[in-house]
Amino acid sequence: MVWFFVLGITAGLLRADLRLPPAIYDFLTILLLLTIGMKGGVELAAQPFAALLPQVLVVVLAGVLLPLAAYPILRLAGGLARADAASIAAHYGSVSVGTYAVAVAYLAYRQVAFEGYVAVFLVLLEMPAIVVGILLARGVNRRTQWRPMAHEVLLGRSIVLLIGGLLIGWAAGGDGLLPIAPLFMDLFKGVLALFLLEMGLIAAGQTTSLRRHGVFLIAFGITMPVVSGLFGAALGWLLGLSVGGTALMATLMASASYIAVPAAMRLSVPEANPALSLGASLGVTFPFNILAGIPLYHRFAEYLHRLGG
Amino acid sequence: MPLDHRKLLTIVTEAALEHELAGEILRLGGTGYTITDARGQGGRGVRNASWAPSANIRIEVVCADATAQAIAAALRERYYDNYAMILFVADVAVLRPDKF
Repeated sequence: MVWFFVLGITAGLLRADLRLPPAIYDFLTILLLLTIGMKGGVELAAQPFAALLPQVLVVVLAGVLLPLAAYPILRLAGGLARADAASIAAHYGSVSVGTYAVAVAYLAYRQVAFEGYVAVFLVLLEMPAIVVGILLARGVNRRTQWRPMAHEVLLGRSIVLLIGGLLIGWAAGGDGLLPIAPLFMDLFKGVLALFLLEMGLIAAGQTTSLRRHGVFLIAFGITMPVVSGLFGAALGWLLGLSVGGTALMATLMASASYIAVPAAMRLSVPEANPALSLGASLGVTFPFNILAGIPLYHRFAEYLHRLGG
Repeated sequence: MPLDHRKLLTIVTEAALEHELAGEILRLGGTGYTITDARGQGGRGVRNASWAPSANIRIEVVCADATAQAIAAALRERYYDNYAMILFVADVAVLRPDKF
């Protein structure tokens, strides 16, 4: 499956005449979001809510901490302007559905069991980093328009479809989903492969901005996910997740947003240069996670579980 | 056939601004607008609409001269510094002046 991503990147770098129609890309995203949601919902139904609550709180807290940790690095080591540093920090505190989907496929391929309800954390992690990012850029400012921003994010496509999928899976249960399984479950990997092809094309498009702001962003785009992946693996282990669940948690923490956060930052922190944050999150971190990160986070998870028993 | 003169205000900008600008136009006295997807190249590089952050839109508003000036001034103040945006105004003739 990774080869589709490589094909996309290569075609993009060679400026090949290859482009998926935007409507297809939208459709693939919708399928992925609903499938991930429904799979999580089915498992959520088997999970007592009370047991999940402490995990939820810890995960949201982690979503706040990550951008706070990234910001000073970007500001001091990277010498970036306040708005740029805050915007990039928000990207790295939030999550990428595409990366999560690849991690799920990776674990399934290796036949590693994992807790499907980790998809709930995917929903929860989207928002906190955006709020922290805006606060870092603006301070507490009355001119920040929280309401339209909240509307944009909470009712954005990814959250609506993920939560919708979770509820559908939760209500219908595994058997209830069987009639639609051929489209959503059986085609999942094919859909993901096409999605990765398009992501490769888009990621290749970000390299021009990297050429200008190069070295620091590339270093940050690789170091940050490894460090936060380690942090996520520790977190997953402490929360008592299985090896697969721990690997997913590490992937969530390591991934950087390229859909919800860019849109929110563009509206709320317009002076931040989107070429910098997208160049890092999409041009460096996303390819790194797909090609090398996910196996590495799986390794982290295995190591911690062996260490801690 | 009698024709009345109005202004056609055209804005080409980032798709991210769609909702915000639509509200702004109506608030400043526009009676309607037309939005189409767009792509192109300009001061902020190639915006080829391959995915959401690089998508452009083209907004057209037919309105009275004063409204066009008000919208142009408001957009210049709020968005010109930080967004990919151009706007221009042309004279057009319309059949039903009461609509605009």
